[in-house]
Amino acid sequence: MKTTTSTQTGKHCLIELKGVTKVYGEGPAAMHALQGIDLRIGQGEFVAVMGPSGSGKSTCMNILGCLDTPSSGVHLFEGIDVGKLSRDERALLRRHYLGFVFQGFNLLNRTSALENVELPLIYRGTPAGERRVRALEALEAVGLTGWETHTPGELSGGQQQRVAIARAIVTNPKVLLADEPTGNLDSARSREIMKVLAAFNSERGITIAMVTHDADIAVYAKRIIRFFDGSIDSEEEKPGTD
Amino acid sequence: MFSETILLSLREIRRNLMRSSLTILGIVIGVAAVITMVTLGRGATAQVASDITKLGTNLLQVRPGQDRHGPGGTHSTGDMFKAKDAEAIAQEIFGLSAVAPIASKTIQSIYGNENWSTTVTGSTNAYLQVSNWLIESGRQFMESELRAGKAVCILGTTVRDKLFGGQNPIGATIRLGKLSCNVIGVLNSKGQSSFGTDQDDFVLIPLRMLQRRIAGNSDVSRILVSAQDGVSTKKVEQDIEQLMRQRRHILPGKDDDFHVRDMQELVSTMTGTTRVLTGLLGAVAAVSLLVGGIGIMNIMLVSVTERTREIGIRLAIGALERDVLMQFLVEAVVLSSFGGVIGIVLGISAAAVGAIVLAVPFIFDPGIIVIAFVFSAAVGVVFGYFPARQAGQMDPIEALRYE
Ligand SMILES: Nc1ncnc2c1ncn2[C@@H]1O[C@H](COP(=O)(O)OP(=O)(O)OP(=O)(O)O)[C@@H](O)[C@H]1O
Ligand SMILES: [Mg+2]
Repeated sequence: MKTTTSTQTGKHCLIELKGVTKVYGEGPAAMHALQGIDLRIGQGEFVAVMGPSGSGKSTCMNILGCLDTPSSGVHLFEGIDVGKLSRDERALLRRHYLGFVFQGFNLLNRTSALENVELPLIYRGTPAGERRVRALEALEAVGLTGWETHTPGELSGGQQQRVAIARAIVTNPKVLLADEPTGNLDSARSREIMKVLAAFNSERGITIAMVTHDADIAVYAKRIIRFFDGSIDSEEEKPGTD
Repeated sequence: MFSETILLSLREIRRNLMRSSLTILGIVIGVAAVITMVTLGRGATAQVASDITKLGTNLLQVRPGQDRHGPGGTHSTGDMFKAKDAEAIAQEIFGLSAVAPIASKTIQSIYGNENWSTTVTGSTNAYLQVSNWLIESGRQFMESELRAGKAVCILGTTVRDKLFGGQNPIGATIRLGKLSCNVIGVLNSKGQSSFGTDQDDFVLIPLRMLQRRIAGNSDVSRILVSAQDGVSTKKVEQDIEQLMRQRRHILPGKDDDFHVRDMQELVSTMTGTTRVLTGLLGAVAAVSLLVGGIGIMNIMLVSVTERTREIGIRLAIGALERDVLMQFLVEAVVLSSFGGVIGIVLGISAAAVGAIVLAVPFIFDPGIIVIAFVFSAAVGVVFGYFPARQAGQMDPIEALRYE
């Protein structure tokens, strides 16, 4: 494997971070979670983000997911400067182009798996009938057929994680951002989920950025970005991929 | 999308059924109180109006003294009338159906061992006509009895009951003070007036008898005049005023030392008073609606804090600020409207029972129901807006980190 800092110049650039920093708090207590990130993710890529705990992976994912804005630097999504958008405009970007799997599952607790998965479609204004069909399909894709009516409290951690994945992919987003999507799954389940994600990437052309601690999982990605202390330490492209 | 929001809010309300019920209690009580007060108030107003109308709306009353504001606020500075004044009115003024001169005195009535203090009214048969009295049994006065001031009397039912119990009084001789008096008739019962006085508690005797043998003068304290149907009471009032000024030798430019009052005016004065009272009671009840609204705001604020994570999830997934705001606003409005509906049902039931207890007519007004409903929904909007806006303006990342 060769270590490279090259950017994916061959592909249409979908997301770009230029000198992005994120500072939490002020003065001497300020926490510099990101310290100048430069990153380009092309259309149709499958990127894994790795790094030790606290290195800023989730912070970076939140910015990529338009949930948060950089303290300085530029975040471009399809050439649009996200930092200059209003709250509602960012919400619309999330609604129509992004799917997010959170590090905690962040499901609605007293709501069934099916309704959790339908939720993003409700905000897209999808009619009820179609919503149901697509939600059932998404649940099937993550292997949860038969668990539709269960609430998160009645599901195992792994099942909850899969509901969260189903919710992120049900809209067929342009970009899927997943913060440790297999963090709570055994290795067999993890591989199954990764196959699903890989298939989404190759068949539907969904761009994926995924945080993981597990090197076995990272191999499904075509590029691995390593974080250390709020900076990108190294980027590594898998041989044999273009 | 909007129907989804309503369904969602219904589900949320059902989930916290106990809390939701307690939350809307304030609204329920407020709306019920307003509806009960207003409905009963309208009933009372109608009751007063119909009572006075029963006295005869084409009735005028002439009294000595100047008019003061409000019912009964007379100031007796003028001389008393005489029977001749009533006769003059009857003869000279056009369009009258009856003119009754009246003098009265409170006196002890006695029959056997029974003994009852009552009002003795001296007048003529015209009194029966102007005040809509009917003879239940016996007869009215004969012309000769009136002229001679004979000792005969007609009893109101209360006096009959007090003195005679169940016995037939016709032909019996009772005593009014020191005078013996022959009972010739009994009136029908009118019951209580809306001012709470017993209209049946009096004895009617010929005016002359009262003047000569009880009062010892020839005074007439008031004259009741009823106009014929279709005759303007205003015109009659003016005519009487003119005639009486002449008879009492009041110089031009000087104030009247008597006054004529139209019963129609009395109706509007009295119903006006009850209407103001109804409004005041309604306003007091409306304050409890306000308190109910604050209760809703309180619970919605708690609910927003409790559901911070849910709000974060919705915002992260692509809900706009206004989507979340709407969700909580609709929830508040649905809650308060529920409270309104329950309050309306309770209020109408309470008013129906209250109407029976207070013996006033039950007046069902769809207008007040619409107003109450709209008002309770508005309470939801006003008091739900602040918590809902707080929910909508949350930062998704912060909200998702909230434990
Ligand atoms: N809202 C916040 N306020 C203050 N500090 C924060 C906030 N969010 C993150 N941090 C800090 O920023 C740093 C980076 O956090 P981040 O969640 O990005 O780490 P991570 O790489 O995702 O770690 P992990 O692998 O444990 O999930 C951490 O030191 C964290 O304490
Ligand atoms: Mg993290």
